[in-house]
Amino acid sequence: MTQAGHPGSLRWSRVAIYGSLSLAAAFYLLPVYVLFVTGMKSFQEVSIARMWDLPSGLDFSSYLKAWFGKPSEGVRGLSENFLNSVCLALPATILSSVLGSLNGYVLAKWRFRGSEVLFPLMLFGMFIPYQSILIPLVQVLQQMHLYGSLPGLIFVHVVYGIPITTLIFRNYYAAIPTELVEAAKIDGAGILRIYRWVLAPLSVPGFVVVAIWQFTSIWNDFLFGVIVTSRPSVQPITVALNNMAGSYIVEWNVQMAGAVLAALPTLLVYIILGRYFMRGLLAGSLKG
Amino acid sequence: MRRLTRDRVIAILLILPSVIAIAVFVYGFIGFTAFSSLTKWDTLSPDFTFVGLRNYQRLFDIDRFLSDLRNTVTFTLLFLAGSLGTGFCLAVLLDQRIKGEGFFRSIFLFPMAISFIVTGVVWRWLLNPGTLQTGSAGVNLLFEKAGLGFLRWGWFTDPTVWSIPPDSGLGALLARIGLGGLSNSYVGISLAMISVVVAATWQMSGYTMAMYLAGLRSIPEELREAARVDGATEFQVYRHVILPLLRPITLSAVIVLGHISLKIFDLVVSMTGPGPAFATDVPAFFMWDTTFRGNNFAQGAAIATILLMGVAILIVPYLIHTTRTEPKL
Repeated sequence: MTQAGHPGSLRWSRVAIYGSLSLAAAFYLLPVYVLFVTGMKSFQEVSIARMWDLPSGLDFSSYLKAWFGKPSEGVRGLSENFLNSVCLALPATILSSVLGSLNGYVLAKWRFRGSEVLFPLMLFGMFIPYQSILIPLVQVLQQMHLYGSLPGLIFVHVVYGIPITTLIFRNYYAAIPTELVEAAKIDGAGILRIYRWVLAPLSVPGFVVVAIWQFTSIWNDFLFGVIVTSRPSVQPITVALNNMAGSYIVEWNVQMAGAVLAALPTLLVYIILGRYFMRGLLAGSLKG
Repeated sequence: MRRLTRDRVIAILLILPSVIAIAVFVYGFIGFTAFSSLTKWDTLSPDFTFVGLRNYQRLFDIDRFLSDLRNTVTFTLLFLAGSLGTGFCLAVLLDQRIKGEGFFRSIFLFPMAISFIVTGVVWRWLLNPGTLQTGSAGVNLLFEKAGLGFLRWGWFTDPTVWSIPPDSGLGALLARIGLGGLSNSYVGISLAMISVVVAATWQMSGYTMAMYLAGLRSIPEELREAARVDGATEFQVYRHVILPLLRPITLSAVIVLGHISLKIFDLVVSMTGPGPAFATDVPAFFMWDTTFRGNNFAQGAAIATILLMGVAILIVPYLIHTTRTEPKL
């Protein structure tokens, strides 16, 4: 190493590295600071001139107002929409993980003629701008009597989650030695028994990666939510937050508290299971 | 043998529901949208009278759509430059065997876990320029406090478009060589878009950081050592050894981020809306407005089809390339 040569210049370069990293970290944390500081302020304390100042004390009234709302002022709380998002994201995540696992298993271990062509054709579905399917989607959902309801939204997320979940599971199963499957075949096991007794027990990390990915993207989705659900009582939290932020009667501190509430579940998942989150992220660029 | 054929049938049955779903909900629906874009369907009740490419021709006469195209180009270029540049610099910094790497990495990546809606709501508050009555707000106020008041500006409320004025020297030159069409307000940079770029880069640069960091870690130390032994400076090592090796990652990032910027919607809805004189409007937003607020389904379908073609041009070669070069397992 060069350490022996210029200890002085090396020390300065370390200072520069840590300095730049800290500056970058400050940029990334700036919105977090504003979110929490503004959310903690009482209505009397919120003023534009003092928006960067720390709150004088802990005041959770903004959070209470963002959560419960204030019918007398016409402010809708986000509690109902938070629960809608939970009731949407959990089942949709489970269903699409199971579907993705089965598809990935077939495409990795039971290839058939044409499966090599089928796979990229399925993957294309995760890149399309959803604007290009929205018009018929609304018509079909109306005909299926799913339009405007949470089950309808779950259905939409499961269908458009197929490409990414299939991709992650296919790459995951492709890395499991085929000898394991072959050995089970020789022992007389069929496709379903091999899945149940050989692949499924090895799938836990794959399920964690896919579940985190799906939960995060379904929780954070806005486009499907705003198109499929029109009644405020059915809307997921992203749609409700956007409505809240677009309304002139809701103060900034309440909006910021609402934004924290909407961000909290996925942030918690990220903090607790960050390693798996990274893997899902990199899988999204196809190379697994 | 019978067992095997039975298994093959089950395999196909297992995947069949998904295949049908994708066939109908992706390809069938795309077909329907493309077909609708060629019809007269401009009210709530469908009217499938065939009108050819009229809806497309009309789009290119609409001020809003031409502004959208300009904004998409502005956004794509600045967002790609911002995310790739920031991500690469952060990855190089993190690769210097520093203490607390995990801590910094988590900070740079956490915005990826957040909804574009939350990002938009927060950055709208941060980049809100303030008014004459209230004084500077947000980042402008921060600039003021730091003695950098000259950096204050209107952010997403500024409708300025940088383009080549026809009466300037360059405009006259372009007119002389027959490129006078380039000096109009649709060929330029919408400054308000910079605000959206800042928010999007804040959210997505962690992704390029993670990709570049993984790439840097996969380059064997011996390669750098060898270059240093040959007398290369640290800058030359990066320029001639590391950057070329990271080219596939850059390509993946350009394609993934590029297609995201064509589709950008949520962030614009929650942060700025169409903006003054459509300074921050984007095609995805225009499509939504036209279709679901204006009930002009055929026009909306035409915008959607143009968007889809843009994405397909980027993604299809990439998909074919990656699935073909993947190691056969």
